[in-house]
Amino acid sequence: MNKNNLLLYSGILIFGIAAPFLFPAFKVQLSILCVLIVLATTWNIQGGEMGYNSFGNILFYGLGMYLCASVQVGMFFPLAEWTESGGEKTFVHTPAQFFQGMAVGLIVAAVVPTIVAGLIGYSILGLRGHYFAICTLGLGVAAGEISGGIEIIGAGQGFTTPPFPDVGSLDSRGEFFYFLSFFVLVMTFIAVRVIYSTRFKLILNAIRDNEDKAEAMGIETMKYKIVGWMISAFFCGLAGGIMGGLVGYIDSTDVAFDGREMGVFMVLMAILGGKGTLWGPIIGATVFHIFKEGFWTFFLGWQYVALGVLIVVIVIYFPEGIMGWLREKYPERFGEVVDEKDRKAQVELK
Amino acid sequence: MISVQACLDGILLGILFALIAYGMALQWGVMNIINIAQGDLVILGGYIAYFMYLYGIHPAWGVIVSPIIMFFIGIAIYKLVINKVVDRDLFISILATFGISILFMQLMNFAFGADVVLANSDYGTTMLFNSNVVLPNSKIFSAFISILFAICLVIYMKKSKLGRAIRATAQNARAAKILGVDTEKVYAATFGINAALCGVAGALISITFTIHPYMGLPYTIRSFMIVIVAGLGNLPGVAMSGMGLGVFEEFADYILGTEFRIGSVFLLLVLILVYRRFKLSRKREYLK
Repeated sequence: MNKNNLLLYSGILIFGIAAPFLFPAFKVQLSILCVLIVLATTWNIQGGEMGYNSFGNILFYGLGMYLCASVQVGMFFPLAEWTESGGEKTFVHTPAQFFQGMAVGLIVAAVVPTIVAGLIGYSILGLRGHYFAICTLGLGVAAGEISGGIEIIGAGQGFTTPPFPDVGSLDSRGEFFYFLSFFVLVMTFIAVRVIYSTRFKLILNAIRDNEDKAEAMGIETMKYKIVGWMISAFFCGLAGGIMGGLVGYIDSTDVAFDGREMGVFMVLMAILGGKGTLWGPIIGATVFHIFKEGFWTFFLGWQYVALGVLIVVIVIYFPEGIMGWLREKYPERFGEVVDEKDRKAQVELK
Repeated sequence: MISVQACLDGILLGILFALIAYGMALQWGVMNIINIAQGDLVILGGYIAYFMYLYGIHPAWGVIVSPIIMFFIGIAIYKLVINKVVDRDLFISILATFGISILFMQLMNFAFGADVVLANSDYGTTMLFNSNVVLPNSKIFSAFISILFAICLVIYMKKSKLGRAIRATAQNARAAKILGVDTEKVYAATFGINAALCGVAGALISITFTIHPYMGLPYTIRSFMIVIVAGLGNLPGVAMSGMGLGVFEEFADYILGTEFRIGSVFLLLVLILVYRRFKLSRKREYLK
């Protein structure tokens, strides 16, 4: 890590910590942004680096969301009665109970999806290309439909997560969730950065470029694919758990297993920023979130129409993403050696 | 008796699924595109028939009108979006059609409202086995029309010039191009024919069942499933697996309850893919 990088990282860190105080009105938006960046970055691990384009990471996100909320409630109160009362204040968490429940809930929300990814990984990751994409799409939708029929987690009418307890100042809820999501974001970034500097990333890239050859070189591709997916699932589950608390209400198909929204968002953000780069998903998520909020405000009611158009436009005209475009424009900055003569010749050829 | 009822319902439903799946197999084989918006085209076709019903025309005429309109909508989609993704990575086309699907879903939601609607055809019902099995005539009608359209299409594919061009392009696009086939036109026609088939199926669905702007995706998944079970270009297989899926769905509905119906369809897709993956991996192969 050179001096420039250190400066950049500390600058971002300081900005991240100061952000809720600089923009107090946007605390919730900033926390959502953190969650979106986490989702895009972890999608990129198996979507961008490994070449396994999944629509199904929403499965882990929704699983984490339900698990975190269920554990948080179930540790202190009967879960069935809670969901039946539909968010009425018959049971109230004390602050200690709330935070204790949240901590245990987040651990469960991270660990269980990881185990699930490990268990189904062997069967699902044997599929390739578009079969994998469609299969994971099916998984996500099936999870949403099935969880919408389970009575104990609220079935069709939804699940109200425990309300934030009355502690300290008025706005401690926003700050708590912001710092929680920012902490997870920093954790994710460090984890991804460490992963991307090891041999593991090179193996993932080898799988993306030619899986048969990678296997022929003696790499046990299945093992690495499963581990890659499990890392994704771990952070997706965490992000889901936080998002559940932040939104305050879980619905099976509209909030948790929302393949139409979040499930596509994470793919789109990674593609917009540039698949297979460290910074791409982060930039993509930030740009996407700003655009999305703009759409949601100015085209109220037409937001999904705008979203559909946005997907088509991004996919057709920017398949390489922002980072890909920058790389094309300034190859020197990415450590590529450019032969000036060669480039001129190519320009003339065009 | 309930199982007989479920079987018959399933078979009649499955014939409709097979019609949609045939369209999907056609464009998959010719253009190598998996169209996630397939189901939304079906629903759009259904709304055309529903609107004819609202304006006092018998919805059965939708079987004629809706494919004609849908053919042009299909060509418009092709010109605007699909021709830019045809020769690209498959994932790009999946994502692009996913975008189209979201777009259509919402536009239909705005234009037609979020209510579950059906076009009433007043065809009455047929009783079988001492009135133990009740079959609405509209279902029999829709199965009959689907078979008719499928037969017409197969004959058209075999005999006409465009049909030959489409089949040639499916076999080898480059060779077809060298031999003077305008592949761009063939692609546009294929997508148009697929959309028209969706239009027929949608009109029939609006008569027999119900339509809703968000019901598209399950139809896409069903047709995808039928195509991967049957294989590309295997028409009897498409028909058989379509009926099989229909029967499975009716039984799932009856045994597990209606709320798990869609869920079981999606779960079946996952199970089928995983089953085929394990079967192929014994030979060290994978689904291509």
